[in-house]
Amino acid sequence: MKLRIDSVSVAHARRLAGTIVDPVADFIAGHSTLSVERAVARLCGVDGVDSQGVPLPNRLVDALPERELGVARVLGAALAETGRSPQQVAEAVAAGEPLPDPSRTPETAQRAALRPWIERGLARIDAVRARRAELLVRLPQAPPPLLYVIVASGNIYEDRTAAVAAAEAGAQIVAVIRSTAQSLLDYVPYGATTEGFGGTYATQENFRIMRAALDDVSERLGRYVMLTNYASGLCMPEIAATAALERLDMLLNDSMYGILFRDINMQRTFVDQHFSRQLNARSGIIINTGEDNYLTTADAIEQAPAVLASQFVNEAFAHRAGLPDEQIGLGDAYEIDPDLEDGFLFALAQAQLARQIFPAAPLKYMPPTKHMTGNIFKGHLIDAMFNLTSVMTGQTIHLCGMLTEAIHTPLLGDRALALENARYVMRTARHFGDEIEIKAGGRIERRAQDVLAATLRLLEDVAQRGLMTAIEAGSFADVRRPRSGGRGLEGVFAKHPAYWNPFAEALAGEPVAATR
Amino acid sequence: MIRPYGDTLDDGVVQLSFTLPIPWSEAADEAARQLVAQMGFTDVAVADGRPIASRFSFFVVYARTPVAIDVSTISVPAAGGEALTMDAVDALIAERIGRKLKVVGACIGTDAHTVGIDAILNMKGYQGHSGLERYHGFEVYNLGSQIAVDDLVRFAQEREVDAILASQVVTQKGSDIANFTALAERLEAAQLRGRILLLAGGPRVTNLLAAELGYDAGFGRGTLPSEVATFIARRIAERDAA
Repeated sequence: MKLRIDSVSVAHARRLAGTIVDPVADFIAGHSTLSVERAVARLCGVDGVDSQGVPLPNRLVDALPERELGVARVLGAALAETGRSPQQVAEAVAAGEPLPDPSRTPETAQRAALRPWIERGLARIDAVRARRAELLVRLPQAPPPLLYVIVASGNIYEDRTAAVAAAEAGAQIVAVIRSTAQSLLDYVPYGATTEGFGGTYATQENFRIMRAALDDVSERLGRYVMLTNYASGLCMPEIAATAALERLDMLLNDSMYGILFRDINMQRTFVDQHFSRQLNARSGIIINTGEDNYLTTADAIEQAPAVLASQFVNEAFAHRAGLPDEQIGLGDAYEIDPDLEDGFLFALAQAQLARQIFPAAPLKYMPPTKHMTGNIFKGHLIDAMFNLTSVMTGQTIHLCGMLTEAIHTPLLGDRALALENARYVMRTARHFGDEIEIKAGGRIERRAQDVLAATLRLLEDVAQRGLMTAIEAGSFADVRRPRSGGRGLEGVFAKHPAYWNPFAEALAGEPVAATR
Repeated sequence: MIRPYGDTLDDGVVQLSFTLPIPWSEAADEAARQLVAQMGFTDVAVADGRPIASRFSFFVVYARTPVAIDVSTISVPAAGGEALTMDAVDALIAERIGRKLKVVGACIGTDAHTVGIDAILNMKGYQGHSGLERYHGFEVYNLGSQIAVDDLVRFAQEREVDAILASQVVTQKGSDIANFTALAERLEAAQLRGRILLLAGGPRVTNLLAAELGYDAGFGRGTLPSEVATFIARRIAERDAA
């Protein structure tokens, strides 16, 4: 099954995405954020909370005498002066001791003192990545679309039970939905948690609990079950750091989602997404972008070009952070109005378009939500059409739709029914897409060509205005966000000429080239 | 008196499906059957029982209920008559109220799902029906997601709004009820309840639930902006006339 699309237009769209992203990349290069610095502290081994429950990475970074230098310089100075470990320095700060003035020690001494901790941090990330690679060889996954389900009880121990049951029922990826409040917290909660609304807090301990349970069931089933969480909100880099250490396999990570849908300041998000993606690149974590969000509120037909444009922009940002195509899970969703004649054809066109334009990307396909009504019987049927579209167009990451979408967070039985639906459809139609040809000049192909043409117009407009100005004007999802508005701006700062982020330094490789 | 209708009047047939936290076996099917019988159903037939995980089984059950209900005893207050068009609402506000009505909407508590409140308030609206922002008769403040109840009350007080639209999508562990209740109580405590119209919205909200929580109206799944607009305009016009 192949659409005839104009490769010159596709190449032009990619160039435009580069034009859009480059000025933002310059801004990113000159700035850091509190969450970036806390991620650096975490990777140097700082963990735990003070007596009030405040995470030590927060205590340490909040105590910086001059944050423009970055936490590494000051931490290096403290290590050089006292011979303590980074953790001991953070504990001393929490006990009320001030951090040293970094101008007292030479920069070379600071770098030398921190060097072993940096190497240790990188070695931990690399060891985790190597361990995943080894498990994937020994416990191979079933072929894609990889069936992805969410657990969201609020209690990590109930989530664990649900995750293991889902894996047994055929799930290949389990995502733990976060509590609705977490995206706006400017810290990462600590320890195992048993209370949350609409989801479970992302904490390093919760990651560990879930990873251990999934490792156990992976061994039992003879196939590796992946774990997913959310590097979104105000703590993208810190979540990326903890996920790297606890062997999460995927992270939701979008370059604009926080800005548009959580009203997080755009400067903050752009800087945070870059460092978090650098960490994802090193740790072998596949990112999932959030284009589905464009469709959940607005009309899917109308917003189709915005989805494709966002995929190009996400790809360009991801390449600049060093992510190879194989780790860029660009998003889309099956949100076509079931009352629309030929809606299935339009969904097929969009999904196949993304497949052909991003051939090496592990595309993430999201299920219907907007038109799910509580009529579970019809909902199960719509999900089956979504499953068919996914297998026909060779999507990689397939978030199973729940018949009870719009009623409650999934019950254990809902998940089993959803997996059964997906497995049936994908088995019975496994090679359907290989066996049929799309009619030249027919409805599906014309729709794909229209979407591509409209995407070019949108990208040209955004390139001309500049991304930040375009977001201010509401070019994406009809949401307007001012450059200095939203949450988290106070945590953004311009780097001092002597600023040092040893991990960004180690992770900055050659930008990855775009797919032809 | 009525009972559920399978294929014959008064047969009382219902379908149930549920999960039990036990490995599947024939004994599990029997456990499901007895469980449904103990709920008061008769003629229980386990149509399908099977494992869905090593420690969980899923069942589809048909059974009959002896319970019947007298529908004439049931009354559900509807949130005010038939909806007017946007132009008619604007005309009503202009003629009978004579000023713009200030409306504030928010997803309260930790809820981050603005899809409902956006459908009602945003210019673009829902299902081809414009949102309140497009009406001449309303001045709309959409505060968005995760708005603390206290902040919403303070905003309503400072801007002297005529109506508050509180939205809740997440219902886990009763968080929606807790938030709705907190808002009603804070408004009462701030002595604002008398002059501000209080509306609840969300996919699981019914007008009956809203009435029980002390709200003026509740709007559930599929509500059009014009229905909310009509309710606000009519209610305030009635109040002004009184």
